[in-house]
Amino acid sequence: MAEVLVLVEHVDGAVKKISLELLTAARALGEPSAVVVGTPGTAAGYADTLKEYGAAKIYAAESDDVLSYLVAPKASILASLAGSASPAAILIAATAEGKEIAGRLAVKLESGLLYDVVDLSSDGVATQAIFAGQWIVKSQVTSGTPILVLKGGAVDAAAAPAAGELVAVDVSLDEAATKAKILDRVVESSGSRPELTDANIVVSGGRGVGSADNFKVVEDLADSLGAAVGASRAAVDSGFYPHQFQVGQTGKTVSPQLYVALGISGAIQHRAGMQTSKTIVAVNKDAEAPIFELADYGVVGDLFAVAPQAAEEVRKRKG
Amino acid sequence: MNIVVLVKQVPDSGTERSLRADDKTVERDSANLVINEMDEYAIEEALKVKEAVGGTVTILTMGPDKATESIRKALSMGPDGAVHVNDPALHGSDSLATSKVLASALQGLEWDLVIAGAESTDGRAAAMASMLSERLGVAGLTGARKLTVDGTKLTIERQLEDGYQVVEAQTPAIVSVWDTINEPRYPSFKGIMAAKKKPVDTKSLADLGVDASEVGLGAATSKVVDAAPRPPRAAGEKVTDEGDAGQKLVAYLAAEKIV
Ligand SMILES: Cc1cc2nc3c(=O)[nH]c(=O)nc-3n(C[C@H](O)[C@H](O)[C@H](O)COP(=O)(O)OP(=O)(O)OC[C@H]3O[C@@H](n4cnc5c(N)ncnc54)[C@H](O)[C@@H]3O)c2cc1C
Ligand SMILES: Nc1ncnc2c1ncn2[C@@H]1O[C@H](COP(=O)(O)O)[C@@H](O)[C@H]1O
Repeated sequence: MAEVLVLVEHVDGAVKKISLELLTAARALGEPSAVVVGTPGTAAGYADTLKEYGAAKIYAAESDDVLSYLVAPKASILASLAGSASPAAILIAATAEGKEIAGRLAVKLESGLLYDVVDLSSDGVATQAIFAGQWIVKSQVTSGTPILVLKGGAVDAAAAPAAGELVAVDVSLDEAATKAKILDRVVESSGSRPELTDANIVVSGGRGVGSADNFKVVEDLADSLGAAVGASRAAVDSGFYPHQFQVGQTGKTVSPQLYVALGISGAIQHRAGMQTSKTIVAVNKDAEAPIFELADYGVVGDLFAVAPQAAEEVRKRKG
Repeated sequence: MNIVVLVKQVPDSGTERSLRADDKTVERDSANLVINEMDEYAIEEALKVKEAVGGTVTILTMGPDKATESIRKALSMGPDGAVHVNDPALHGSDSLATSKVLASALQGLEWDLVIAGAESTDGRAAAMASMLSERLGVAGLTGARKLTVDGTKLTIERQLEDGYQVVEAQTPAIVSVWDTINEPRYPSFKGIMAAKKKPVDTKSLADLGVDASEVGLGAATSKVVDAAPRPPRAAGEKVTDEGDAGQKLVAYLAAEKIV
């Protein structure tokens, strides 16, 4: 069976969930080979996890400085592996960095590239969500080694243990790959609440919340539910809430079990980031707000009355 | 510092968009066409750098006749001139082909810095800056929320999901920017009038030395086998608050076994 290269995203000593989803999706096309780029010893630390999710091989592309340069080294490593392993496809996560790696790789390999893929079938047809998810397109790469850039949360990660043989690969960075040097990484904490893109429940506030101070109402309902807090762009632009919590086309895409929209009108660009949520609840005082078109449960009312009451009721039920 | 800003014309992302029935390319004829939003931030950043250190700002667009409107709008913000790559053979070009064309156009210009949007709202490939730095062998400082220019040294804050990275490179370089980087200016009346007289250099593929067989639908590296609008989500229950909607809402969530 042909190999399928899966670039592993990892941070602070842990493999990201999306990489396990990619290993799962890769099985439709062949035998997954995980590619770990990191400092020496990184791949060995992830081996158990990667094996459990189906990596037949684990390529360890390790050196002291491979993570010191932006994007280009990862594309070089994948390009040289593509040459030696002749994979059926290369899978990369549809994060900002993933898309950039894919772009460089497509140029290096002169290969077709499909991004925002949400499903893969064994004949190589990829389902993509385009135009902020308004359209569903099925496409196929017709030239070179298919480079498939998958969205997080689209495929459920499922274990399927495999051998996970560790294979060291040579990392030699040429001058072109070392032009953008990473000097520092600064984490801006999301506080004690769950990570927005991982959370089971997201409670978001929009312009209707009215002020930064009023966002307490959104946070309080979120805390009663153990949820992450999100915000519309209008709320972010108005300075009510930090940008890292923005949901939508130019923010994060979330797909939780429950999405609660408080004082959000439901613009196409906002929907882009939340329309695949399992259950959508909206509170808006305008009965005509477009958000109601996609809400499973809509309340026409004042969020300052409805949200605190709901938070109190949740706490009562939880005891 | 001589700066080239990459500007793409796209269908307004706030409206319903569609693919053409015939060749499955983006429907542009009936769409409300605007400057890709992120590119306005790229223009603004270029103008700020020029204001700080001097130099020129040139717009580079690959697109059909209609893209002229976006070029004039971009120029009304303050850039000095534009290059418009326009050739019927370009219809249906994918991002690989587009990067080939833009790279050729950039090779014909004098620049120290290229600024692009981090992603386009129609393609969302978010790959152009990377593709171009790969093709041109220059540094790619991608996904910036802040840019600092110090002589030939460029430093960005690269926006991450949970914070940022500080990344540094020397010119020549390609920077791509998010909408968190600045607040684009509105064109002034004077700017709009001045834009009408600014030079726009139109180039065909032949002018760039790119063969028509390398671009367009025929050279696409992928094909669409099926396309349809997403089936609309069925709207559910809608209640009007009569003082107990918060409780009712939680009862609904409990019935759905969410709480
Ligand atoms: C290129 C581009 C990218 C974009 N990307 C994003 C993105 O990533 N994410 C995003 O969210 N937007 C994005 N937008 C912006 C988008 O078009 C909308 O402007 C934005 O989503 C509106 O936010 P909102 O719903 O909070 O505000 P509004 O549209 O102003 O809606 C506020 C709502 O609150 C309701 N309301 C007011 N007071 C109350 C109250 N007391 N109780 C209950 N309801 C109340 C009102 O009835 C109204 O419906 C983008 C736009 C562009 C052009
Ligand atoms: N046809 C084009 N003409 C000029 N610039 C473009 C074109 N296509 C993409 N770009 C630039 O590349 C950026 C990212 O686009 P994309 O990779 O398509 O998401 C845009 O914000 C533009 O700055």
